[in-house]
Amino acid sequence: MDALRACVGEVSVSEFRGATRVVVPAATVHDALELLKEKHGFDLLIDVTCVDYLNYPDAKDRFGLVYLLVGTDTNLRLTVRAFVNDPDPTVRSVVDLWEGANWLEREVWDMFGIKFAGHPDLRRILMPHEFTVFPLRKDYPLQGMGERHNFPVLTRGES
Amino acid sequence: MPLTPSVFADEPTQDGMQPYLWTMNFGPQHPATHTTLRLVLKLDGERVADAIPDIGFLHSGFEKIGESLDFNQYVTVTDRMNYISPMSNNVAWHMAVEKLMGITVTPRCSYVRTIVCELMRISDHLLCLGAMGLDVGAITHFMFAFSGREKIYEIAEALCGARFTHSYTRVGGVMRDITPQVVGMIRDFLKFMPGVIDDMEKLLGQNRIFVDRMAGVGVLTKEEATNRSCTGPMARASGVTRDLRIDEPYLSYPDFDFKICCAREGDCMARYQVRMAELIESLKIVAQAIENIPAGPVNIGPEQRSVLPPPGQVWTTIEGLISHFELVMPNRGAQVPNEEAYAAIESPNGELGFYVVGDGSPRAYRARCRPPSFVHFATFPHLIRGHTLSDVVAVLGSLNIIAAELDR
Repeated sequence: MDALRACVGEVSVSEFRGATRVVVPAATVHDALELLKEKHGFDLLIDVTCVDYLNYPDAKDRFGLVYLLVGTDTNLRLTVRAFVNDPDPTVRSVVDLWEGANWLEREVWDMFGIKFAGHPDLRRILMPHEFTVFPLRKDYPLQGMGERHNFPVLTRGES
Repeated sequence: MPLTPSVFADEPTQDGMQPYLWTMNFGPQHPATHTTLRLVLKLDGERVADAIPDIGFLHSGFEKIGESLDFNQYVTVTDRMNYISPMSNNVAWHMAVEKLMGITVTPRCSYVRTIVCELMRISDHLLCLGAMGLDVGAITHFMFAFSGREKIYEIAEALCGARFTHSYTRVGGVMRDITPQVVGMIRDFLKFMPGVIDDMEKLLGQNRIFVDRMAGVGVLTKEEATNRSCTGPMARASGVTRDLRIDEPYLSYPDFDFKICCAREGDCMARYQVRMAELIESLKIVAQAIENIPAGPVNIGPEQRSVLPPPGQVWTTIEGLISHFELVMPNRGAQVPNEEAYAAIESPNGELGFYVVGDGSPRAYRARCRPPSFVHFATFPHLIRGHTLSDVVAVLGSLNIIAAELDR
């Protein structure tokens, strides 16, 4: 933790049911993860995901990124959190550290609209490319915004 | 950028010297993709120069649905993720929820969940191995595998009433306790299964055509496996000795004697062999567990205010009725802290985890599923580059892609 603090500045650590969480500033996510990977043996990136805290009680920031790390030798788990806000939520991509982050970051972009600076191929992955909004944000309604009804239909004659 | 074959073909090649590169659309509906996924292949003769996966055809917003269903209702949606091994998903989901709520399940429940998880592993591996053989032309192998899967479906039907989408677990317990009839069926299954594995192994294990198709194809080294976030049989076939059942024991796995199955080669054949060996280990676990199920209640008590009381109690006692009412009414329900928890199990395909965020209501604020298929399919272009078109199905089969879990 001290090494992390020296590297990225302010770090807050919390524990819940045996899982350790570290909150780092969004600008230093890449540095923190690089340090954890290279120096502390957290070599397996399990998941990259995000939570939208729009209506959450006592939430200060809009989006909370979640990086789940595992050390394959030490069997330790660590959750690294970083918070970003509208407009233009951006963090630095970690694809240069883990190839596996490629699709996981694309999914976060697709679902939450968080940009990953330096990502080699930041396209939509699950939603169609014509989609303009980000469906897992809390201000997107459960039943959609009519995209299904306005979907372009290609008939056999036109094709 | 829309991903159409024509756009892709117009891209200039790196040296500009290969005007004969073909672009081929593989899928979305192709028998060897098993479900709906699409690959845009760039072919140099019969060699695959590059592959671009295009997924999302089965996206149905499972994570969004999870934010509006309560913890017990959402289990029916987890069935539909990896529908080859639904109970593993059920167990993973409720493990995450129970971790969030701070519930410890009873020893009997823990054993029952271990048994169903291992049965699901056998079922999933049988499908994967059978389909792997089928894709490269061995249809008998597929039939052998499905004779075993049919028995598991029958066990599941006797256990919970459903053959395919089980929805077996509940917060703090399971839907129905295991009965002597089911125990008997599992004992019969344990006697029946070694013969099936033997048949499958004799048919393809040393088969020259099969080995030629599989060995040396789609090689993933140990470093790449870790770097690309691979887990489960995928990683173990590349020499990563990581198995959550041993490394981070959950449920009742510490009580049983079994081995981690690993291989060094990292090719399709290694993945086949690892899955084959895991079948035998899973049978060992089930055999140990089924004879040692502890007595006692399978669900946690009603005093914990999170598990629904059994129907008989609801209909005949006032306490049962009140606790049922307290749990199902939309403005009441179980107490959940404003916290976040991640719990993972070693599902047949790899690490399957759920990241659950609670906000005090009986629904999840966010229900993230960490899907192993999604992570493994991301390695596909890397695995197939340089191999032939016919190897596409061999590699796809060995990855065990379940498109419903891939797209969720």
